[in-house]
Amino acid sequence: MLKSKTFVKKTRKGGVLKVVREHYLRDDIWCGSAACGQCPQDKPVLESDPEIDSSLCGFPHYLIPDTNVVLHQMDVLADSAIRNVIVLQTVQQEVRHRSGTTYQRLRDQSNNPDKNFYVFTNEHHRETYTEREQGESSNDYNDRVIRIATRWYNKHLQENRKDGEAPKVKVVLLTNDRENREKAQKEGLLAYTVHQYVKSLTGNPELVDRLAQVDMGESTDSDIKNEATGRVLFPEHLPLSQLQTGIKSGRFLQGSFMASRENYLEANVLVHGDESRSIFIQGHAHLNRSVNEDAVAVEMLPEDQWKCPSSMVLQDKDGDEETSEPDLGSPKVRSNAIPSGRVVGVIKRNWRPYCGVLQPSGIKEATRHLFMPAERKIPKIRIETRQAETLQGQRIVVSIDGWPRNSRYPKGHFVRKLGEVGDKDTENEVLLLEHDVPHQPFSQAVLNCLPSTPWGITKEDLACRQDLRDLPICSVDPPGCTDIDDALHYLEKPNGNVEVGVHIADVTHFIRPNTPLDQEAANRGNTVYLCDKRIDMVPELLSSNICSLRGKEERFAFSCIWEMTKNAEIVATRFCKSVICSKAAMTYAEAQMRIDDKNRNDAVTFGLRGLNALAKILKKRRIDAGALTLASIEVRFHVDSETHDPIDLETKELRETNSMVEEFMLLANISVAKKILSDFPSCAMLRRHPQPPPSNYDILIKAGKSKGVDIETDTSKSLAVSLDQATIPSEPYFNTLLRIISTRCMMQALYFCSGTLPESDFFHYGLATPIYTHFTSPIRRYSDIIVHRLLAVSINADKSFPDLLDKYKSQALCNNLNFRHKMAQYAGRASVELHTQLFFKNKVTEEEGFVLFVRKNAVQVLIPKFGFEGTIFLKSQDGRGEDSPFVFNEEESSQTAGEVKLRMFDRVVVQITVETSHIQHQKLRIRLVKPEVPGFSVPPVEASDKISQPPVKKVKT
Amino acid sequence: MCHKIRHPRYWLIVPFKMAGLEIISDQGYRIDGRRSSELRKVCARMGVFTQADGSAYIEQGNTKALATVYGPHEVRKGRGKIQHDRAVVNCQFSMATFSTGERKSRPKGDRRSQEMSMHLRQTFEAVIVTELFPRSQIDIYVQILQADGGNYCACVNAATLAVIDAGIPMKDYVCACTAGFIQDSPLLDISYVEESAGAPFLTVAMMPKSEQIVLLEMNSRLHADNMEKVLDLATQGCKDVFAVLDRHVRDHVSESHALMTAS
Repeated sequence: MLKSKTFVKKTRKGGVLKVVREHYLRDDIWCGSAACGQCPQDKPVLESDPEIDSSLCGFPHYLIPDTNVVLHQMDVLADSAIRNVIVLQTVQQEVRHRSGTTYQRLRDQSNNPDKNFYVFTNEHHRETYTEREQGESSNDYNDRVIRIATRWYNKHLQENRKDGEAPKVKVVLLTNDRENREKAQKEGLLAYTVHQYVKSLTGNPELVDRLAQVDMGESTDSDIKNEATGRVLFPEHLPLSQLQTGIKSGRFLQGSFMASRENYLEANVLVHGDESRSIFIQGHAHLNRSVNEDAVAVEMLPEDQWKCPSSMVLQDKDGDEETSEPDLGSPKVRSNAIPSGRVVGVIKRNWRPYCGVLQPSGIKEATRHLFMPAERKIPKIRIETRQAETLQGQRIVVSIDGWPRNSRYPKGHFVRKLGEVGDKDTENEVLLLEHDVPHQPFSQAVLNCLPSTPWGITKEDLACRQDLRDLPICSVDPPGCTDIDDALHYLEKPNGNVEVGVHIADVTHFIRPNTPLDQEAANRGNTVYLCDKRIDMVPELLSSNICSLRGKEERFAFSCIWEMTKNAEIVATRFCKSVICSKAAMTYAEAQMRIDDKNRNDAVTFGLRGLNALAKILKKRRIDAGALTLASIEVRFHVDSETHDPIDLETKELRETNSMVEEFMLLANISVAKKILSDFPSCAMLRRHPQPPPSNYDILIKAGKSKGVDIETDTSKSLAVSLDQATIPSEPYFNTLLRIISTRCMMQALYFCSGTLPESDFFHYGLATPIYTHFTSPIRRYSDIIVHRLLAVSINADKSFPDLLDKYKSQALCNNLNFRHKMAQYAGRASVELHTQLFFKNKVTEEEGFVLFVRKNAVQVLIPKFGFEGTIFLKSQDGRGEDSPFVFNEEESSQTAGEVKLRMFDRVVVQITVETSHIQHQKLRIRLVKPEVPGFSVPPVEASDKISQPPVKKVKT
Repeated sequence: MCHKIRHPRYWLIVPFKMAGLEIISDQGYRIDGRRSSELRKVCARMGVFTQADGSAYIEQGNTKALATVYGPHEVRKGRGKIQHDRAVVNCQFSMATFSTGERKSRPKGDRRSQEMSMHLRQTFEAVIVTELFPRSQIDIYVQILQADGGNYCACVNAATLAVIDAGIPMKDYVCACTAGFIQDSPLLDISYVEESAGAPFLTVAMMPKSEQIVLLEMNSRLHADNMEKVLDLATQGCKDVFAVLDRHVRDHVSESHALMTAS
């Protein structure tokens, strides 16, 4: 086999270095077709009788798409109707080079046995290899290679048919390149454009909608001028090579494009490698067709053209193709202008499929429509569809194909339909998709990894674990919690010390490394909690049953047991795998009641009291060390059991027992972090929380000053102390508001692999501990699973495996976990927002609120009862603000209207309604009730119309 | 280029990939078209020089090496080195200035070459039956004419042929081969591109009949679970090399025999 290769040299010049590589040609690469009688292949991928109804090709055929077809029309290729496709290695490699996401999708297709996609390694096949001719461009060469492979297939399939039975299968080349198509046809090959081919599919007319509108990414200037409109709206993007030289010479800057949520004509570009630097971009031409999160190259404008953000909220309203820009009122005052630039080119598009709705169109039969994405940072997208009528009022998914210079909006195509707008399941689906939360049901491969039920503990299990079933272990969790991952115990020892144990569900016993279950969990990263739904990281059998440390049931645990003095000084720490039997699974309230009930003196209650006493000492010690207690308001919805609509909400209450459990979890996490770091200095998975840069605190200091309070922010300790001291007796809510503001000054805590950072960066600022990790919630966080595995190896309870000890892989995993964690938080918040909206639907409510920030044309108000903040616009959104009675004072950040002055921390009364006029962005509208401003505030509900609003009363009580 | 990963959706399947280079494809083909357990094409010639006592030239893909052997002869300089019970093996490794993509300024005597010479000496001291030649010396000179990964292996294989050509008794052939562990799969006889992917690889020299390892070198950390797979592959590779070398030796001998009988 080895010797049959011909030997060819391939030379590539890169720079001055000459690279010589071998290139072996083989004759053992099979064609992959079941219709072939010659290739000795095991399982041919391509069917012997491919069926698809095409009016162009009325015979069985396979498809060979060229690179551009794969790049642009992946949505068509991914459709279940398109099967039996031959993907050439040449095409695959070029796609890989040009777009990572498309390459991945292509790979998914070829790994899916139902799709019959066959990857043919044509460049190593003896008969399809060809050398590049002198002077031939790489595009021409690739096209020729594709044609050669197509021709080979036709010949091969014709000559090697299985005797008699098989029909004559042909191959069809799909290419939108005219020259290539003509050459192919001249050579006697069947070649069509994708558009021709898809339109000929009589059985699947809906596929036409999925065709991407843009044939060629790079249409030349003359092309544009020839088109009907003839107008060029945007400056040209520079070619990549020019961008790269520009970036090297410092003329251009590279960064990620962050569109503004409020104003569609503004954006910021975060410069790569210099996190603190951002460049402001304003106006159509300067934005130059960039879409949120693209990697772009920016040229700085000369200083006299710098702009200042128009703290105005501006939405793209009209669908016409006008480019007249509303005057953003950039002031002549140059003092507050900020570094501005313009986009000269796009380095990498980061487009993804977007959720949204169709904009209602005036003409019924029109096929061209505008799509409005749910994410306001994304521009509207022009799509072509014939099913507009059925899509009206539906949430749909659309992909962008391209953005030609003569089009106001990017062009895209319809991908799929999600469901009706306003329907809760649809909206949930939208927010899961928009936050990239994997929420498909677990696949069969994953479910196969689960232990068989009924599950029980065997003798072998007991032999390798400590039997702690007799200990008075109990768990304390929020009400309704089914995934209990931690339990505690407390015992007094004869020597006067006490033994405290934290027992964590032993999830890694069931999730073995590199199984499909493990990979799925690693990809999901964490369990996502929405208001009415939980998207589990591991299947329910594990999360709510076998791993959950339910009361009075025997379970596997990973235990961390300390010997402590009564003064909470740790004498000894040990870790072990164990079998436990929780004596009681309590809620925080139940535990609190037990502690307070003087008549109960059973072992569990005794333990709770002991733990509580220790926790207080631990907490005090932690706070003395500088740990921060920050505030955020969390709400809980009471949901109607039938309609699943929220009927009431309450803010979560904190009890002593909450912090009791928390203290011991922190302690366990820190102990485990120390242990794994000492045993795995280069690959321990830890969690760090960097200290925020001093400028982050400006807003907090300013807020404090406005009330005459000094806030020190040098260390977490001084911040904690000054926050504690910042109280104003007349304003009881002031302190909480300050803490909410300081929460926003913080950086994100991050997972990382210890080998990738210097030890001084391990610090956890918020908890004021030099080292920290997550060990205590393996059911809902994947990081904890890794930590469990590391700890198990370090106590010799389990074997290690390669990926666990590879710091690069570990860091890649951390990056994913950080991303998923952030997205889970956003999704959770979005879900609260959605439910708040449902809650206020058809209601008018009045509530007390506090001014959190004062902006140029608005104030932001926090409503503690509902735990959300809203914006009161003081100036109308489109106008210049002359009609507003308010005057903004930037110095002391206040808004004044006659007698009334609104400043930070002021108490106001607001009226909350849901604005339904805008179908896409239903949102809460907040209007000022008190203090009264003539001509601006609205009268209280009672005065205006009591009878028509009966539900209000109910809610308020 | 873009350091902010917005959608690391597929990190699991492609954890760390060099930009633009996929060392092994889903279909199981490497960059040069080999499968994971295939050697590069091996060509060898024995007796390329007549003045030396033994010589051989070998090509393993694009890696080309020339070996010459002198001796056993009496120890010329440094009489202190003389061993009374066995022969001294002296090895010298060098790389031609034209052997790499960029012209090498120092063809021999740098640290890397000295280390290589030492490894070669250790390897051959273990294999040559030195007890037969007390108070004498055997010189082995190896030069890499073109380098494309697996330099040590090519040197060992060339030197084995040269020693055989010189008629110096050995316990067995000594054959060398590399095996790497790249993108979670073991790869045999890795080329320069694959070497520079930064993944761990083993260099193994062994006596193929007895499977005794003469030299084993590992360049970076490799998990114990994978070690076995990689070592097994390298062992297989050494045996494959042996099969090729042995055939060359037999061809060479029968050719020479034919020449001699003809004359």
